[in-house]
Amino acid sequence: MPLILKDGFVVQEKVRQANLIIDDGIIADISETAPTDALIADSTVIDCSGLYILPGLIDMHVHLREPGYEYKEDIQSASRAAAYGGVTTICSMANTNPPVDNSSIVSWIKNRSREIGLCDVLPYAALTKGMKGEELTEIGDILSAGACGFSDDGFPISSSEVMRRGLEYTRFFNSFIACHEEDRELFNNASMHEGKISAQCGIRSAPAEAESVMVARDIELARLTGGRVHFCHISSKHSVELIRRAKEAGLNITAEVTPNHLSLTDEICQDYDSFAKVNPPLREESDRLALLEAVKSGVIDCIASDHAPHHIDDKLKEFDCAAFGMIGLQLIIPLLTHFVEEGFIDWCEFAKITAANPAKILNLNDRGVLRKGLAADIAVIDPKSEYIFDESVNASKSYNTPFWKKKLRGRAVYTIKGGKAAAKV
Amino acid sequence: MKDLISTKDISKDQLISILDTAESFHEINRRDIKKTPALRGKTIVNLFFENSTRTRTSFEIAAKRLSADSINFTAASSSTQKGETLLDTIKNIEAMQTDILVLRHEASGAAKLAAKHSKASVINAGDGINEHPTQALLDIFTIRRVKGGFEGLSVCIMGDIAHSRVARSDIWALRTLGVEVKLFAPPTLLPNDPNGLGCKVVSSKRDAVKSDVVIALRIQRERQGKLLIPSLREYARFFGLNRDDLKYAPKDLLLLHPGPVNRGVELTSALVDADNSLILDQVENGVSVRMAVMCMLRR
Repeated sequence: MPLILKDGFVVQEKVRQANLIIDDGIIADISETAPTDALIADSTVIDCSGLYILPGLIDMHVHLREPGYEYKEDIQSASRAAAYGGVTTICSMANTNPPVDNSSIVSWIKNRSREIGLCDVLPYAALTKGMKGEELTEIGDILSAGACGFSDDGFPISSSEVMRRGLEYTRFFNSFIACHEEDRELFNNASMHEGKISAQCGIRSAPAEAESVMVARDIELARLTGGRVHFCHISSKHSVELIRRAKEAGLNITAEVTPNHLSLTDEICQDYDSFAKVNPPLREESDRLALLEAVKSGVIDCIASDHAPHHIDDKLKEFDCAAFGMIGLQLIIPLLTHFVEEGFIDWCEFAKITAANPAKILNLNDRGVLRKGLAADIAVIDPKSEYIFDESVNASKSYNTPFWKKKLRGRAVYTIKGGKAAAKV
Repeated sequence: MKDLISTKDISKDQLISILDTAESFHEINRRDIKKTPALRGKTIVNLFFENSTRTRTSFEIAAKRLSADSINFTAASSSTQKGETLLDTIKNIEAMQTDILVLRHEASGAAKLAAKHSKASVINAGDGINEHPTQALLDIFTIRRVKGGFEGLSVCIMGDIAHSRVARSDIWALRTLGVEVKLFAPPTLLPNDPNGLGCKVVSSKRDAVKSDVVIALRIQRERQGKLLIPSLREYARFFGLNRDDLKYAPKDLLLLHPGPVNRGVELTSALVDADNSLILDQVENGVSVRMAVMCMLRR
């Protein structure tokens, strides 16, 4: 039976009030003319007046925690969190236990997520065996199994030689490396950003340059090799400036930022509440503003949540000892809706940075926009919905976020994956 | 006040009131019979997850002179070795109906975390590189006993500011009292952004000693790593004080040091033992100040 999303604001190159008709899992029509009575009689109709209809979000940075850390999250719970977050495609990071460093684990994750069926999971595989930063994984074999790219996220690649060879080799297969940029020696077991706030609260800290020196290195290696680098969760204004110049020089690089880094600063570390502990660390207001500006100008291509669930036992600890990371799948929409309401971005830009651009980076031409004939991956957003982010909303197994029990505005009220309802509020 | 976690939380009036109370205990501590029944029947536990002799002894003496029962708990002999979390340890100790927990821990913010989850009072006896508030209280008590007050004073803190819990607690307390605070250290031992501390960084020993008080901090190379200063000899020459360095200082300059002193590094032996060195007064005053804090928390 066809599904009609009636009278919503459909977000394409422009926003217009229209009816979006889904049939057999496919977007059958997007039209301003009212559907015929006959079609209405034969369809499920959802009144979307006042709601925004966007392409389902593509989140390039998610930690599923399965296999190995199922007490924090698993593919089922992450898929549910994605669905309630309006996300229909996620890229999973490889730092599970065992790590995703061979084609069998890639296939297993893909099969498991297909059984669940709430969103597509495109696994990243580790660039190096065991994520040890020494030997390359079987890049070609792993790609054949359906990996979306390569990343040792969580374990920055310290060796410039390994990074060089990785870029050369992945280039042959037209793939890319997603980099968590961190000079581990300069980071030196820190727990937060080094600045005025760390001086005041006496927490071990590392400078923003721990990120930007590695961004600079990998820009140079992209130049050397012609390989493609995707910078994960960029957090500092210095990194933004380096990326801007490298893009001007025509290098093959892309970058993402998290909604958390666009919304929060190191000020929230002052209470020693480990929910504020994340890597890369929250930085200063000037960094936050530079990141926002970079999203607006296109220097940063896309939004990714870096959804990093941790059990409360790993968080309810001394700040220095607590795990790094925040959940994020269900926070992309409310945190970005805030910037739409402030007039900083419009809904077309929202769709571009959450769906169209990630699809381009991932070479996916079957999704990322609302177009007749494509699979119906859709997020229906109510920007005015107000709610408390608590147990009744959160679908993840973990609740490590500074927004826990806070009032939020804006959410996906209806998420459609391949024409089927994945989540409904 | 339930807990003493940070000197940042203490108002000027509260600081003065703690010092006044400490003054009365100071008198008791010099009597032949050094005991008051103020905390009779109370149980005070010293929870030390890091080694300490002076601070722990000082807290223990303070508790005993207040007639409280005090128990020492050290990490080496504890369940922490068996994987128990800090909060579980705190809750277990608290379950024995204890009244005050004196906590030293290697993680910044540990005392705050413990206080948030504990009904017993928590006294921060040092949390990581963050704070050591009773040290700051005894420092200002020592200064007031000689100078009479804080009006127009300037204090220079020398040494590892970035990784010192004493420095941060001293800075917050001194600034609350309106004292000008200067910092002198090699850049490797200063915070990246010292503006956050609201202090002026001076760049010579000469400017450093033009103060009413110098607080020299202990150099702990074993803790700081070898990278931050090339050698103790080099540190002593460029950042430590000797008699010659004092020629630009006012005659009544006071020298403080939280101890233990590395003789010949932060201060030469001649200065450690000089008349204007208050290092042993600090140790004596520490007992009085800690007695005052314990009494005030249980009020």
